[in-house]
Amino acid sequence: MVTEAPRVPSTDHVVIVGAGQAGSDAAAALRMAGHQGPITMIGDEPHLPYSRPPLSKAFLLGEVDEGGLILRSAESYRDHEIEILTEARVSSVNSTERHVVLDDGTIVPYDKLILATGGRPRSLPNPELSAARNVFTLRSARDASLIRQHLSQARRMVVIGGGYIGLEMASVARSLGVDVTLLETNPRLLSRVTSPVVSDFFRQLHQDEGVEIRLDVCIDKFVTDDAGNFESLYLTDGTKVEADFLIAGIGLVPNTELALGAGLKVDNGILVNEYLQTSNPDIYAIGDVARYPDQQHGGLSRLESVPNASAQARRVAANLTGDCLPFNSVPWFWSDQFDVKLQVVGLSRGYDELVVRPDPSRARAITVFYLKGGVVISADIANSPKDFAFAKKLVAAGAVVDSALLANAAIPLRDLVPLPAAI
Amino acid sequence: MTEIVYVHQSGQRQHVQAGESETVMHAAVSNFVDGIVGECGGDLSCATCHVFVDEGWAGKVGTPSPDEEAMLEAVAVEPTQFSRLSCQLKCNANLNGLIVHVPEAQ
Repeated sequence: MVTEAPRVPSTDHVVIVGAGQAGSDAAAALRMAGHQGPITMIGDEPHLPYSRPPLSKAFLLGEVDEGGLILRSAESYRDHEIEILTEARVSSVNSTERHVVLDDGTIVPYDKLILATGGRPRSLPNPELSAARNVFTLRSARDASLIRQHLSQARRMVVIGGGYIGLEMASVARSLGVDVTLLETNPRLLSRVTSPVVSDFFRQLHQDEGVEIRLDVCIDKFVTDDAGNFESLYLTDGTKVEADFLIAGIGLVPNTELALGAGLKVDNGILVNEYLQTSNPDIYAIGDVARYPDQQHGGLSRLESVPNASAQARRVAANLTGDCLPFNSVPWFWSDQFDVKLQVVGLSRGYDELVVRPDPSRARAITVFYLKGGVVISADIANSPKDFAFAKKLVAAGAVVDSALLANAAIPLRDLVPLPAAI
Repeated sequence: MTEIVYVHQSGQRQHVQAGESETVMHAAVSNFVDGIVGECGGDLSCATCHVFVDEGWAGKVGTPSPDEEAMLEAVAVEPTQFSRLSCQLKCNANLNGLIVHVPEAQ
């Protein structure tokens, strides 16, 4: 890995592969930082870069249409001389010649390359579902449009996977009056990202809203109709689950094929150094696909989230324009389910102490802090934006706080935030 | 269209034509206004689209909701009575010419 601070002449041609949040934010940030050279962004979807989080929320509920998701207008890119190739797929990266090849044979030369290729939803491996037209995953606006059509006609939906996508889908479907069965192989929801107490909070919420949740289950087989569409499934305990359509929210596979083909180091994501530079110093990787040295939590992290994509985009743009610093951003996440807004700051992995801050005055609210060696490393906060505001400051400061104080709702969190060090 | 004027820390003024019912945050992001981030896309989750509404306009933009007030506590730069999250400011004819000041950090 190259660890030397990179620097880019301002006339360099920067090519960005991937036109999602990370790609668009990187292009914009490069221009705002004064980059003068050409910028080309290449994406395989027909749309201009758009915001994905509403796809599983407001878009499915019909509160926002495709146009409302667009991050920046065509005129804006044109005014700032950012070339966008839509419906264009990069078939290979030639890191020796420094160009990318599109699948129609077009060659696009680069001086610096940013891989913002994101990921694709993991699909169910079962061959019996390969012809089914009522089995979905959710990543793109196209996916969401298809799901929206089915939601408007269906009576029953089955969701496989009790992660954020599955739970948000369940929430939207219930709000539209669709019956939902949610299946999870782990004994609790959100097991990859949160603690049992928060898992229970969301199980209760979804059950109260009429979602049938089945934890710790395995699927024995799927049954399809004559046309090959999903009809029902059987769990290994013999239970039959029927539904009009099925959604799988079982994770994301990082799109690392181009990086592998270019000889870059890849291991569950494209490996980058603290400057977001891959094992080739002219190539950077950002967003859902990038696995980076995590200054906050130690080890390597690869986060699938818009704030992370956006923060890395801004960091890489700054690094390419001379304001070179390691990436060191406190991650945060959010999720909307029914009338609950979950806000998460930091990663709770490796916590050795958990503190629930009770607040009996608010319904459907919970605030949980995670500490490691006395330091507040993360918090999960449902329906308390004020707690989130201060939790963000506590985590960013690496604050050491007595857990008894955190647990005492009579003490305002504001009083626990350390003052900035005097200069 | 509604004209929004973003005043940067340097004193530079950036004039943007915003669409009807577009938010002041989205107009900024779409038009490459540096210093307004909007990480959550307007979901009132992140507090990275903080602006100070110009004193002369303060009476015309309404008041923040309780959730916005709470999130204003999370902003990077000390909020004032003129602080708003720009994702909560929707453009309309009455706001034509609105002046907002971009803070030093989000």
